[in-house]
Amino acid sequence: MVRFFSALGAPLLALFQYLGELIVLAGDTFRSIFTHRLRWKLFLNQVVEIGLLSQVLVIITGGFTGAVFSAQAFFQFNKLGMGSAVGAVVSVSLCRELAPVLTALMVAGRVGAAMSAEIGTMKVTEQIDALRALAVYPIDYLVVPRTLAMIVSMPLLVAECIAFGIVAGYFVAVYVLDVNGPYYVANMVRWTRPKDIIMAMTKACVFALLIVFICCHKGLTAREGAVGVGRATTEAVVNSSLAVLIVNFFLTMGLNIIFPAGHQ
Amino acid sequence: MIEAPPSPEPQTKPHLVSGNSSPMIAVRSLKKKIGQQEILRGVDLEIRTGETLVLIGRSGGGKSVLLKHLIGLMEPDSGEILIHGQNIIGMKERQLSAIREKVGILFQSGALFDSMTVAENIAFPLREAGERDPKVLSSKVAQMLEVMEMERQEEKMPESLSGGMKKRVGLARAIIRQPSCVLYDEPTAGLDPVVADSINHLIRRLQTQFGITSLVVTHDMKSAFDVADRIAYLHEGRVYFHGTASELQKSQDKLIQDFLLGRSEGRADCL
Repeated sequence: MVRFFSALGAPLLALFQYLGELIVLAGDTFRSIFTHRLRWKLFLNQVVEIGLLSQVLVIITGGFTGAVFSAQAFFQFNKLGMGSAVGAVVSVSLCRELAPVLTALMVAGRVGAAMSAEIGTMKVTEQIDALRALAVYPIDYLVVPRTLAMIVSMPLLVAECIAFGIVAGYFVAVYVLDVNGPYYVANMVRWTRPKDIIMAMTKACVFALLIVFICCHKGLTAREGAVGVGRATTEAVVNSSLAVLIVNFFLTMGLNIIFPAGHQ
Repeated sequence: MIEAPPSPEPQTKPHLVSGNSSPMIAVRSLKKKIGQQEILRGVDLEIRTGETLVLIGRSGGGKSVLLKHLIGLMEPDSGEILIHGQNIIGMKERQLSAIREKVGILFQSGALFDSMTVAENIAFPLREAGERDPKVLSSKVAQMLEVMEMERQEEKMPESLSGGMKKRVGLARAIIRQPSCVLYDEPTAGLDPVVADSINHLIRRLQTQFGITSLVVTHDMKSAFDVADRIAYLHEGRVYFHGTASELQKSQDKLIQDFLLGRSEGRADCL
């Protein structure tokens, strides 16, 4: 028993230390956002990098998720004579779960990896030391613009994912599976409420923060040259993807109390 | 079992140098352990205003670690570092900014920002200090490149520069805000003798032309003798010797002689 707890002790301590470091980084970043000037050029560069250059990825993700979900829902619902309810199912599912989670996983893979690799390379090539030596606080210069760009870009990307998912779902249902178009739209509009959109946007903002802090932290703590940067990048993507999935469950349970699903 | 040879007694006992000039940087009893290894075991050192002090010593002897402590990039386990009489130990990152504006550093690799051009790298400290006028920025960058003998290289990216050019751009970036002191980490390492000599001339020129106080970390003895007003030899985490270049050359201490003449006598512990 003692051996079990002592074996458990070190990883647990490491986990708490890691979570503590993330909280300190988040605290430092928010303090910097409110007390120091924003570097607009860096912020806009990051908006382009995160938001604009993720368009194709998000459109394909949203479009094909909506299309396949529409088809699967139709196959099941049509047996009960509820084929036209597919629109509502696709729309609500995309808003409440699929779009925020899938967009976050895609952004973690594309943008998170790039953030961690870029900052990690700067760390191992002494560029972060150079920033500090030139009296520039690395959090202000590297983390703040990325955090703000993620907070701005993620909700837009999630909204885009939802929109393309709904459009693709509509085309599959109406033109491929022969669902009645006006009924499809009417059901979708009736059952999709503003609270579903609020839930999507809330999740987008939370996932944005999770990804940016996990990936920047991995970059800032990268060591041991190219191997260290590679390891940091992999861990950044894995950790942020896992964090998105785990936090999503608790967010769903919590937000469902504030914004219960259904027509109430 | 082979016993480690006893540490030889230093020829000149480490003590703080007192001179006519006031110290710009004073290091007192600085200790630092990394993992289980004691890197600095109580370093005492003073760098006087306007002088060039060269810190020599074997690879892995803690020279670069000491240099990084002087600008607050590393935190010691104990000891004091006084810059203009102000102890920087325990200062928070943002408090150190004021000190870092007075002390520039040239990193061994140059540490240029690889996403920026030469001009952007050099102008970076001015931009961060709030200078936005493109004319002022470009004229100061051109002026710095002229001092570095690198005219019309503004638009090049760091990856297209040679090692010597990277160091010169790094140096230009370090001095553009006219710091009172510059720390050089192995400024001539990996350079051919001609380029190394040009860097040595630059260091001398910055001292004579701009009155910059310098600390040069190196194990290139030619460079050390070319630029030094005084030389300190760091051995086993302590200052083993300090004095002028001629005092160092005249020293009969075996450890110093071995270092100066590059004698390993086949010892594997030198690796």
